[in-house]
Amino acid sequence: MKILVPLKRVADPDNANKVKVNAGKLVTTGLEWKPNPFDEYAVETALRLTENGTATKTRQGEVVVVTFGPKDSETTLRAMLGTGADRAIRVDTGDDQIDGDVVARALKALVEKEKPDLVLCGKQAVDGDSGQVGQQLAEYLGWPQATFAGSIESEGDKALLVGREVDGGTIKLRVELPAVVSVDLRIVAPKSVKSVHTPATHAYPEGVRFAALMAIMAAKKKPLAEVKLADLTSDAAPKIQYLDYELPPARKAGVKVKDVTELVTRLKTEAKVV
Amino acid sequence: MFLFETDEHAELRKNARRFAETRIKPHASAWEEAEEFPRELYGEVARAGLLGVSYPEELGGMGGDISHALVASEEMVLAGHSVGTVVGVGSHGIALPPIVRLGTPEQKERFVRPVLTGEKISALGITEPGGGSDVASLRTTAVRDGDHYVVNGSKTFITSGVRADFVTTAVRTGGPGHGGVSLLVIERGTKGFTVGKKLKKTGWWATDTAELSFEECRVPVANLIGEENTGFYAIMMNFASERIYLAAQCVAIAELAYRESITYAKERHAFGKSLMGFQVTRHKLADMASRIAAARALTGEITIRYVRGEDVTSLAAKAKNVATDTCSFVCDQAVQIHGGNGYMREYLVERLYRDARLYPIGGGTREIMNEIISKTEGYG
Repeated sequence: MKILVPLKRVADPDNANKVKVNAGKLVTTGLEWKPNPFDEYAVETALRLTENGTATKTRQGEVVVVTFGPKDSETTLRAMLGTGADRAIRVDTGDDQIDGDVVARALKALVEKEKPDLVLCGKQAVDGDSGQVGQQLAEYLGWPQATFAGSIESEGDKALLVGREVDGGTIKLRVELPAVVSVDLRIVAPKSVKSVHTPATHAYPEGVRFAALMAIMAAKKKPLAEVKLADLTSDAAPKIQYLDYELPPARKAGVKVKDVTELVTRLKTEAKVV
Repeated sequence: MFLFETDEHAELRKNARRFAETRIKPHASAWEEAEEFPRELYGEVARAGLLGVSYPEELGGMGGDISHALVASEEMVLAGHSVGTVVGVGSHGIALPPIVRLGTPEQKERFVRPVLTGEKISALGITEPGGGSDVASLRTTAVRDGDHYVVNGSKTFITSGVRADFVTTAVRTGGPGHGGVSLLVIERGTKGFTVGKKLKKTGWWATDTAELSFEECRVPVANLIGEENTGFYAIMMNFASERIYLAAQCVAIAELAYRESITYAKERHAFGKSLMGFQVTRHKLADMASRIAAARALTGEITIRYVRGEDVTSLAAKAKNVATDTCSFVCDQAVQIHGGNGYMREYLVERLYRDARLYPIGGGTREIMNEIISKTEGYG
């Protein structure tokens, strides 16, 4: 199976407090970039679908990772190549001159060129939380889609049985390939992904795999191609305009109360919540 | 970050950080107080690709060199907050290199591979109750008897010695002096090999340290590493890399104590402003930062020279002393900035202060380092 995984780098969410706003513009200087966690789960899922989990050295398919960004976003792609992806593509853009729609339309052209059996993406990026690319791409391609996958079972690499967690249970969808699937957190549980190449009894370690040092070093030699955005879509103008940014208000200092009686009184008279 | 670091080192750092944040940090205090971390951790570190860093792939290692190992270990200290755990997990860093360098293919399969997968624990046994740094005078004897050596004597201050499955042990196979020393791998369970009590230490609590004794202990000749009576040179080679490791640990501990101090100085208020509002605090931190920068620079330089294959005996001694002094100074200042809290066990800097005391002693004392420097500088 050939799988295309689009991924995005995001400012380290653990350091979100370092984000500054200056004259209505977001200032990201000094922030460390990380791959969007849900996209990392998508790469992990793609690897699990294209290998025998008990003998991971021989590949049983191909995983192509693609990102949209400037030259230094190649670090994110190299990291994924170290984790096990076979090939990478960088679509040359700035970090903030694109929106989900531009990305989806460019990906459509890339998919038509690469002809993957499956596009696997994270359910959303943790910076903008838009959650649009996967769905829009499926629409533009006219492919079936399954979103927020918590489990995937490959049926002979012809169709996927996708588990979507919803309130009160799991919906199972069967999608014929080619298809677009977006993944949720639980997809990286030990037995969430079942493929024809791995014994059903195999349990993966929880979470995203660690890249071995020799794989990190070998990743330098894996192919990484650069593509111009204009070669993929004639309309590269973002539809979403960000007008202004504002930081959440700083938290005010709390008040100490001497006993429960005072607490209840204040909740009633001042906070007016009881 | 060391000057030698590349994108590969950065990726390795991320892995080490992710592992240590999730698998070590939540348990750091508990393991330190319990004076032990779970044995399973060795396997977990191996599966995360961090145990075999700097060891050849054909022996189950992860490739790379000492620069990668230093980076992985520093990040585990910074993100894991338990020096004892990291040095315990890393005791193979001194036990395996002689086997990798001088062992037979059969010895490498038997001893190196299972350690790098986390199945076996290894330790290095040099120091004896009768004398530490004076390796040429060691008294544990190994007398050849057919296919075996009969070992008598004892070793002390052996890191990971309580749980070790085997100990790369320095023994006397020949006459007095450094020409009579050999390295012998002695396995747990060998008759006559007993592990004494777990030693109570100032710092490094999470790692176990033992006294070992050998009484008419019969060790197969097949466990001799390298040629008989050439062990002294192997031990000296090993000391050079061990001292680079120790220097890098000092840099890591100092860095962590420094970061903790910055956080504390911003949060803690006195006389109506944060501690950071006082020039005296800022200048303390500035001195700490400067010393760390110097120790890091020298440790980085020696690492590059070591990887290039240069003889670093003298520079290793200098780097260890500089890094040790930095670590002692920075941890002391960190405790001072923390005031009364810095003296309390619930604060990390209190532990780092105790951990720091090991370094002017372990791996060759500060005084022995100066003797090495005196000799290599040719003071006469």
